[in-house]
Amino acid sequence: MIPALTVMKKELWGYFNSAVAYIFFTLFLVTLSFLFFRVYFLVGIVSMNEFFNLIPWIFLIFIPSVTMKSWAEEKKSGTMEVLFTMPVKDRDLVLGKFLAGFLFVSIAILLTLIIPALVSITGTLDMGPVVTSYLGVFLLTAAYISIGNLVSSFTTNQVTAFLFTVVVMFVLMIIGTEPVYSIFPSFLADIVRNFSLSYHFQSIQRGVVDSRDIIYYVSIVFLFLFYNVRSIESRNW
Amino acid sequence: MNTIIEFKNVTKNYGNILAVEDVSFALNKGEILGFLGPNGAGKTTAMKLITGYMPANKGSVLVNGKDIRENPLDARKSIGYLPENNPLYTDMTVKEYLDFIAQMRQIKDRNKAVESAMEKCGIKTVSHRIIGHLSKGYKQRAGLAQAILHDPEILILDEPVNGLDPKQITEIRNLIKELGKEKSVILCSHILSEVEAVADRVLIINKGKIVADDTIDNLKERGKGNNIFVVEFLEEEKDAKEIVSKLENIGKVEQPTNLTLKITASGEKETGHLLFKTAVENNWKVTQIYLESNSLENMFLTLTEIEGGEK
Repeated sequence: MIPALTVMKKELWGYFNSAVAYIFFTLFLVTLSFLFFRVYFLVGIVSMNEFFNLIPWIFLIFIPSVTMKSWAEEKKSGTMEVLFTMPVKDRDLVLGKFLAGFLFVSIAILLTLIIPALVSITGTLDMGPVVTSYLGVFLLTAAYISIGNLVSSFTTNQVTAFLFTVVVMFVLMIIGTEPVYSIFPSFLADIVRNFSLSYHFQSIQRGVVDSRDIIYYVSIVFLFLFYNVRSIESRNW
Repeated sequence: MNTIIEFKNVTKNYGNILAVEDVSFALNKGEILGFLGPNGAGKTTAMKLITGYMPANKGSVLVNGKDIRENPLDARKSIGYLPENNPLYTDMTVKEYLDFIAQMRQIKDRNKAVESAMEKCGIKTVSHRIIGHLSKGYKQRAGLAQAILHDPEILILDEPVNGLDPKQITEIRNLIKELGKEKSVILCSHILSEVEAVADRVLIINKGKIVADDTIDNLKERGKGNNIFVVEFLEEEKDAKEIVSKLENIGKVEQPTNLTLKITASGEKETGHLLFKTAVENNWKVTQIYLESNSLENMFLTLTEIEGGEK
């Protein structure tokens, strides 16, 4: 097995070895269902829009709780020294941890498929935007995980990693909202908005898969993974 | 003898702090090298440089003749490393942990390697127990099993008996001796007796510099005349100091209290015997005669400039 997959397997094992994974899945599903259906039955329109509007904000709390441990715990316990003296490249370690976090949250996302299934019972649901929005959710997850893992590599304290990840994600989200980007001069506002995670997510949510949005998310993932490799290599400096 | 590790004029600093300065030494095949020094002397940094955990700022580290910077993965394959404080994944069982390490090292017959390492380290009986629930001795054995799992030519053990009780120390010491029969070992410690018990050669580092590199016998020889004996009396013996001063191989004789003599002498066993004999011949009421520190300890203390208060 290639080293990145070995690391991924071990990390996933770590999530599922305790009750944390099951608590995470339950809380995630219950919170999301409650917030969505509370509004859904009031409005009475067969649409998943509100659900996909909620997800990026709910992720702000849930994803940092997954990524905070990734490097901070290794650094704190000293196991990083064992990992870094294995005949394995740093990039394999980074990739393994990223894949584990991504797969873990992906399972939680797949569990939410029960929600559109329930909604479609109540009326005819346009599946086009639902499918593209789910694609957007997976892309957003990948971006969030890469950001969270990078932040975790800067510290030995999981709480610090959690809080800083929330802050970074929050900033990358709100710069795509009008009250924030409109503060900037018009030529800058467009650039700022394009850097935002929420702007590209909203674009996909409309049901159109634009290659620019996919390139944006893939670039964000690669950029943060690259800096994650550089960050753990910093022991060499 | 074939050199397996070569440290050539290596310097490593952390910002403004110089951890290792222009250090050169070699580890020969089949040798157990004791790496000795007080806390903060630069031992762990040297180990981290050898294992490729981090690179040197200056100089080169060669493992099997190849520069570790150019071939880090090759070097890591031939090295088994037990880091200081023995970091472990405490939520895993011993077997799960070793299996993970075997996968990371891409060992072909994982089961066989894991079984063999557990057998050698005597942890088969606890293989299905969670590491976090094990005693410190067993944890240390699990760490050692991790280090020898891929049957490396070189073993680097950083403070392997730190925090263990005397029984566990003896067990781990015997295990290291056993492993040393077929591997080249660097044993890093700040405890002299540890290194003395297992090493063929000793390297003393202080403030980032090598201050001695010799066999234990040679170091003892260099420190000859530095054995400190203490004789304690039941009641004051007025002529004792004068008589002892005239004995063979005796250096300085001090009388810290009326009932104590502190004698600096060469020849550890000979002097001990002579002091007993003299006490009997003179009918002194002696309560005890003991070796306060031997020549090697004094040599170590002199070389590492430890102040009296830290002895």
